[in-house]
Amino acid sequence: MSNLSKIIKKEVKELLTPATLIPVIIIAVIFGSLGGVFGGVEESMSEPQKIAVVIEDNGELGQVAFAVLNSSAEIVYNGDDVKEALGTLEDAGGSSLFVIPSNFTSNIMDNRTGTIEAVWVMYGAGLMDSLPSEVAASLLTSVDQAISAYMITMGMTENASLVLQPTQLVETTIFKDKVMDGISPGAIAGVMSSQSFVMPLIVMMVIIYAGSIVISSMGSEKENKTLETLLTMPISRTSIVFGKLVGAALVGLLMAIIYMFGMGYYFDSLVGSASIDLGEYGLTLGVGDYVLVGISLFASLVFALALCMILGIFTKNYKAAQTMTLPVTFLAMIPMFVTMFTDFDTLPTVAKVLVFAIPFSHPMIAMRSLMFDNYALVLSGIAYTSVVAIIAMLVAVTLFKKDILLTGKVARSEEKGRSPLGSMIRRFVLKRK
Amino acid sequence: MNAVEVKGLVKSYGRFQAVRGISFDVREGEVYGLIGPNGAGKTTTLRVLSTLLEITSGSVMVHGIDLRERPDEVRKVISYLPEDAGAYKHLRGREYLRFIAEFFAEGEKADELVARGMEIANLGERIDDKVDTYSKGMARRLLVARALMIRPKLAILDELTSGLDVLNAREIRRTVKAYAAQGTTMLLSSHNMLEVEMLCDRIALINDGLIVAEGTPADLKQRYDAQNIEDVFVKVVSG
Ligand SMILES: Nc1ncnc2c1ncn2[C@@H]1O[C@H](COP(=O)(O)OP(=O)(O)O)[C@@H](O)[C@H]1O
Ligand SMILES: [Mg+2]
Repeated sequence: MSNLSKIIKKEVKELLTPATLIPVIIIAVIFGSLGGVFGGVEESMSEPQKIAVVIEDNGELGQVAFAVLNSSAEIVYNGDDVKEALGTLEDAGGSSLFVIPSNFTSNIMDNRTGTIEAVWVMYGAGLMDSLPSEVAASLLTSVDQAISAYMITMGMTENASLVLQPTQLVETTIFKDKVMDGISPGAIAGVMSSQSFVMPLIVMMVIIYAGSIVISSMGSEKENKTLETLLTMPISRTSIVFGKLVGAALVGLLMAIIYMFGMGYYFDSLVGSASIDLGEYGLTLGVGDYVLVGISLFASLVFALALCMILGIFTKNYKAAQTMTLPVTFLAMIPMFVTMFTDFDTLPTVAKVLVFAIPFSHPMIAMRSLMFDNYALVLSGIAYTSVVAIIAMLVAVTLFKKDILLTGKVARSEEKGRSPLGSMIRRFVLKRK
Repeated sequence: MNAVEVKGLVKSYGRFQAVRGISFDVREGEVYGLIGPNGAGKTTTLRVLSTLLEITSGSVMVHGIDLRERPDEVRKVISYLPEDAGAYKHLRGREYLRFIAEFFAEGEKADELVARGMEIANLGERIDDKVDTYSKGMARRLLVARALMIRPKLAILDELTSGLDVLNAREIRRTVKAYAAQGTTMLLSSHNMLEVEMLCDRIALINDGLIVAEGTPADLKQRYDAQNIEDVFVKVVSG
């Protein structure tokens, strides 16, 4: 074997340990299951859309529009009551209601554009949540084409631009009980992207950053035996644990503020040109809301740091500390992806329980929840996060008083170093003397 | 009152007994050495006495304080120097001494401790350099200074000079002797049998978790008719 390959073999052996492999496998599984979720969305796109229609128009063209919709979507409601239509639609999990007003045919016959009213029901504010309505909107292109064809066969071709575009769309989006006129779900998802992306990203980065401060500080203190020195000085264990936690939390919060300014600015510059002011619909955050977001962030940061401290207790040295942050990273990644692409409210129950159980989820979903005044979710999230944070801190302090802090795991190899038979013989020899 | 009284101390790591029932006393003002080969159980014993590890069975009294009952009180009278220890690398030597001193005193009192520490470390201008630029000998002197500047009642020093060159080792031994003369009881470990002969008033030979002989170096040499402690050890262990 050449020297090069000996070195390569040694490096590979050193790097391919369970500690490095398991996190990678977990990540692969997470991405795989995310792919499953998106695959599911795509599948549901290819199924016929569930829509509701209210045809107030008795004319020919209203019938044409209905025929087109009926042929390419599953109509769950066909009647004349908009309220009832919306109820049925929501029960069926559909997201589009089309209303063809009574003057539809007469307008087009009079050489004016016909109006189609669309009411979109949006269930969440994630990036995936505007997809159903976008697919449904494409149905209207088919309606346009059918009406154009009808006009051409009837010889109504004097107004060419009307033939090309015989209808116009008036949209209303209903989102978490708020009615927003003239806005499409895509526009809302776009504007909300700052909440969808910035908060989860910041939370994740801060948790990983501050968490790795704690773990690597434990690793290097153990390696240099400075921890042993501290532990033999008249300083309480609690002071040492809290000193480390608070130090890392302060640096972490400072990071969060810097990130928030930087990213807030970046997203403002992207969104600044957008036409929608969410404030018009009461979708703003007051000072109290920001305080709640801050509390939520602080509680989950404390949990993250206490968890890292517990992991750090099992760390033997600085190098081992590096891989120890990975479990925390993944725990933070799950709610990050969930909040970016979907919405807590639209998750299946099992996933809801899972996301709620991860304390890092709560600051990530807090802003969006507060916009829609979902205080119950935010407050229960804060309560839950605080409880697990306190439990984690108690566990950390307790472990700090145990041998395990300095011995790590009981090393089997060291036990092997002296066979029981060997020490029996030694004992025997010593006794005989 | 003895500075340390250890009775029937057992310490296990899991199912493995590293210390298998040892008893010894250290008198006040004495330099007492635990001597034995690697893996004999010296570090384990010192870590128990420094309140770092829980006692499996037996009892330890430090200056009349029961270590199992009141470890916090024990921490007020001891100073522990781990083997192969380091200091915080981002600090300068003087800053490190100050960081430690401020846990024991405030204001001018702390200044005094730092001044004494600088005297012990004897690093000259290098005291204001970053710790991670120090040689092994310089770092060890800084740590010995840290351990002794607070004038603890009991200093627990693990492998005091292992890995150091002759001059550094000599200087450190001289410091330890001087501070012992001023009243700090010293409990140290070493696997260097010649060193302890020079340094210790009394020694315990420890092997495989048990004390196999105890006494003054002169006593032991006489008892086993040996030239030096190394010979004593070989005779005791191999019979
Ligand atoms: N954390 C640990 N886990 C298991 N065994 C250990 C641990 N630390 C030390 N030992 C074992 O205890 C015995 C005594 O070790 P130690 O006290 O370090 O010896 P010494 O300091 O005399 O060289 C050795 O056999 C060592 O392998
Ligand atoms: Mg040792």
